[in-house]
Amino acid sequence: MRHKNKFVLLASLLAVAGGVGSNVALADQSTDAIAKYREMIADGNPSELFAAQGEDLWKTKRGPKNASLEKCDLGLGAGVVKGASAKLPRFFKDTGKVQDLEIRLMTCMETLQGIDPKTVVNEQFLKGEREKMAALVAYIVTESNGDKINIDMKPAEMKKMYELGKMAFFYRSGPMDFACSTCHGDTDKRIRLQDLPDLRSHKGAAAGWGSWPAYRVSNGQFWTMQHRLNDCYRQQRTAEPIYGSDVTIALSVYLAATAKGGTVLTPGLKR
Amino acid sequence: MGNPMKIRAASKDGVTEVKVLISHEMETGQRKDSAGAVVPAWWIKELTAKHNDKIVLTSEIGSSVSKNPYLAFKFKGGAKGDKIVVTWVDNKGDTRTDEAAIA
Amino acid sequence: MKKFSIIATLLVASSGAFAADEALYSEFKDMIDRSFKTTGIAAKHRMYQLDFQKECSSEKPLSAKALKAIEADQLKTIRYPADGKYSSGNWKEGEKIALSGRGLTWTDKTPYDNGGGCYNCHQMSHKELAYGTIGPSLADWGKIRGSGADNVKYTWGKIYNAKAFNGCSNMPRNGDSDILTEQQIKHLMAYLLEPESPVNKK
Repeated sequence: MRHKNKFVLLASLLAVAGGVGSNVALADQSTDAIAKYREMIADGNPSELFAAQGEDLWKTKRGPKNASLEKCDLGLGAGVVKGASAKLPRFFKDTGKVQDLEIRLMTCMETLQGIDPKTVVNEQFLKGEREKMAALVAYIVTESNGDKINIDMKPAEMKKMYELGKMAFFYRSGPMDFACSTCHGDTDKRIRLQDLPDLRSHKGAAAGWGSWPAYRVSNGQFWTMQHRLNDCYRQQRTAEPIYGSDVTIALSVYLAATAKGGTVLTPGLKR
Repeated sequence: MGNPMKIRAASKDGVTEVKVLISHEMETGQRKDSAGAVVPAWWIKELTAKHNDKIVLTSEIGSSVSKNPYLAFKFKGGAKGDKIVVTWVDNKGDTRTDEAAIA
Repeated sequence: MKKFSIIATLLVASSGAFAADEALYSEFKDMIDRSFKTTGIAAKHRMYQLDFQKECSSEKPLSAKALKAIEADQLKTIRYPADGKYSSGNWKEGEKIALSGRGLTWTDKTPYDNGGGCYNCHQMSHKELAYGTIGPSLADWGKIRGSGADNVKYTWGKIYNAKAFNGCSNMPRNGDSDILTEQQIKHLMAYLLEPESPVNKK
């Protein structure tokens, strides 16, 4: 909260410094100020702290089977982390399912370490096994930084997930009649001062999908994609999506397919 | 004990730039949790950096610095392979020391 | 004979595609059903659509005719103030409601203490810079539109149920969906219409 106040202060200082000029210009300036701040600390993205913990966790023996995750197959073969998240979600033959990074990690934790997926699914974000999950994610997505978003859309299961994800994107429900498309279905819009990517377009999807998971400066938390989508739904005023449920995977496929060819900027750095 | 810091140091033309990412909550003591109770103050009081055994930076840090702070500074001297040691002490008396070699 | 067979093929093809769409849609509904859970005040039934929500969930815009039908239906939901007084509110209270984007999420304790969230999407006061742009600017709403009976009634209706005027509007049905109380809407009316409000005064 206190960090948020800093931004407001920064914005108002700029407003004073700007003197004359329209409200719109002032608002644009404060958006620029956030971009500048981001540039300043990009060199020291605190995601690194989480990634370091995640790398340790990846190599740590734990769970009933007392094993590490070093033999986990994220899609590029057992133990290959480099470049793996740029190609997720993907259809995995061994599970017969389309899985995103977090669900795939749960499969590995179950098969290699004997950790029950329920301990992740039933946990809260930033706590217990989900906190560990976030650290693992921070490590893995850092290892795809700079790659091209390149998910494999050839399997029929992926094509179906794309169609279902697109329907979910436009699905209006709840007391406020919102859908993802309410805020992310047009160009150059914003909520308060927050710019909104148009996630229907390649450019917008690449900017959005490509920069999450991310460290959030306003609360000092590292958010995975599941966490990001969960909070989108919270703000849509829907019921809560179950961790790793098919709707989250379908939306991820829709976004990643639309973003295909864009650059992976993860771990991102957000307000 | 705290979580590890990330320290990077690079020397160029006789000047060494050190970049430190610190894992710390940095609670101001002003914030309330969702139940309305004040979250107790918890922040780094002091940070020192040494080049080999010589102190090159001491700083007093307080409640106004963000969570997981990032700190960068430069000093004259330092050669590739030299040791940089960073230590912080917080208001609860906890401390943490990490080191890195100059690249 | 040949013509008939072409028509027959076309029919088979199109009904095949239709069946595929139906199957996919049924799979989609199942997916929604198993993907969400009740947390706090956000009950699972929120995932089941009202008829107009379903109609407005298409990637393509609805036909003018379909929109008109929704608007006619939604217009019937609007309840005008019981005491007939539209502008007995206080614009300062209205501003607080307009600024607050709180309410109705699964982290909120009660469903009866909600903000209007107006600034998420609209410019309003001349002094507030942190406004969203999903909706049009409402700066000078009262100054431009005046406080004639027609505009007062329209303003009330639009806040109460925006879908009565634009069937698939992005704006929530603040009154119809029990987001805001009648008293809160009165405060917002004052904020939008009173000459002293910073919406109308620079």
